[in-house]
Amino acid sequence: MKTMFAAFASALLIAVIAQVAYDNAGFSSAERQAASSVRLN
Amino acid sequence: MIRAFLFLIAFTLPAMAQEGVSVDVIPPGGTAPDVQSLDRSATGGAPTLADIMARQQAQREGQDQPVLNDASRAADTGGIGLPITDDLGTLGGASDPELWRGIRFNSIPITTQQRGPAATVLIQDGGMTWLKWRAGPLRIWGGILLLVTLALLALFFVIRGRIRIEGPRTGRTLLRFKTYERFGHWLTAGSFIALAITGLLVLFGRIAFIPLFGAEGWAPVAIASKWVHNNISWAFMIGLVMIFFMWVLQNIPNKDDLIWLARGGGIFGKGHVPARKFNAGQKIIFWIVILGGASLSVSGLSMLFPFELPMFASTFGLLNDWGLPQLVGLGPLPIDLTPQEEMQYSQIWHGIVAFGMTAVIFAHIYLGSVGMEGAYDAMGKGEVEEQWAVEHHSIWAEKIMAERDRPGNAPAE
Repeated sequence: MKTMFAAFASALLIAVIAQVAYDNAGFSSAERQAASSVRLN
Repeated sequence: MIRAFLFLIAFTLPAMAQEGVSVDVIPPGGTAPDVQSLDRSATGGAPTLADIMARQQAQREGQDQPVLNDASRAADTGGIGLPITDDLGTLGGASDPELWRGIRFNSIPITTQQRGPAATVLIQDGGMTWLKWRAGPLRIWGGILLLVTLALLALFFVIRGRIRIEGPRTGRTLLRFKTYERFGHWLTAGSFIALAITGLLVLFGRIAFIPLFGAEGWAPVAIASKWVHNNISWAFMIGLVMIFFMWVLQNIPNKDDLIWLARGGGIFGKGHVPARKFNAGQKIIFWIVILGGASLSVSGLSMLFPFELPMFASTFGLLNDWGLPQLVGLGPLPIDLTPQEEMQYSQIWHGIVAFGMTAVIFAHIYLGSVGMEGAYDAMGKGEVEEQWAVEHHSIWAEKIMAERDRPGNAPAE
């Protein structure tokens, strides 16, 4: 059972790491779909 | 089990009810006229009675509109046309219909300062086809598959009952799976269950969740489902790689599997069929999980990074070259796909494979828990009762016991 719960916790940890990676990977719609010249931020 | 059954009924019935609507206006057996060759001169080109009849016939067959062959329209887009300096009007040599057909079928050059790969597609012609597939056959047949699988497992449990350990328990155990093996299994299993639940929520939420809890109730569930589905997918992919490398050698088919399959795994009747560490049934599940999981991963990555991993046009091209669609009576599959269509095919394929895998995993969960006494210990504790091992995996058990009992090895107890 310990191994099972450790695996579930690891899945959640991997998910959080994945979210951080997405945020920093430059794959947002803004970064992929538009040039800097057409964005106001 | 009962809760899961009711849950799936709640998911599936609204979809069935939606699709069950039909219009019975003209008598059954009427022939649908070919709307593309109708003479509309009497109405000056406006819809005629025959148009209405064709639409009614299509609705009786479960479609909104008559099925049209758009090939001639797609081919007749008029090109760019002559320059407007010629005496042809504001569009040059192209007429309004030709221009709109060109836009609809994405066959005229469109330029934009937008960088996105889909930016030059102004009308996405395949969108409605995809939407109908997702809202219709995918929900209905996917839901039916899961419900029928659960019903069959319940029926099997009623008929066969729990598969008990037949011989006397020895009190000794054999190590079946090491800690890292169980970790890999539960990483894959836990993430798959989370993906299955959130995937079903995303697919059925609008028709099953909103009527019960309202749009305000659905919004946070939809956002959470998307977050979980997008992010836990990486745990699933890592787990998939782990179980592949841990167990691939032991899941290569051999002659013992033919005997096991010929005797139906010994599920019905007396006696057990000899098996190694994994029997033929487990090997089938292993390869379904590996191949299905790989396919889910690739189609999922295609959706996770929109427009970056188009794969269906090239796949369809290969299938056309091999003649497979023609072999089953279909025409060549489309190979000129817009970026959106690539995404839509990924979504439909992802859904089909996911439903198939979920049905298989239902059976796996059943046999690994309530269906067979002692089976859960293999993944729960890592050690199984020696008698269970002898009954269900005799070849493997004998080998492990021979190693254990070899002089010089410490006893297991």
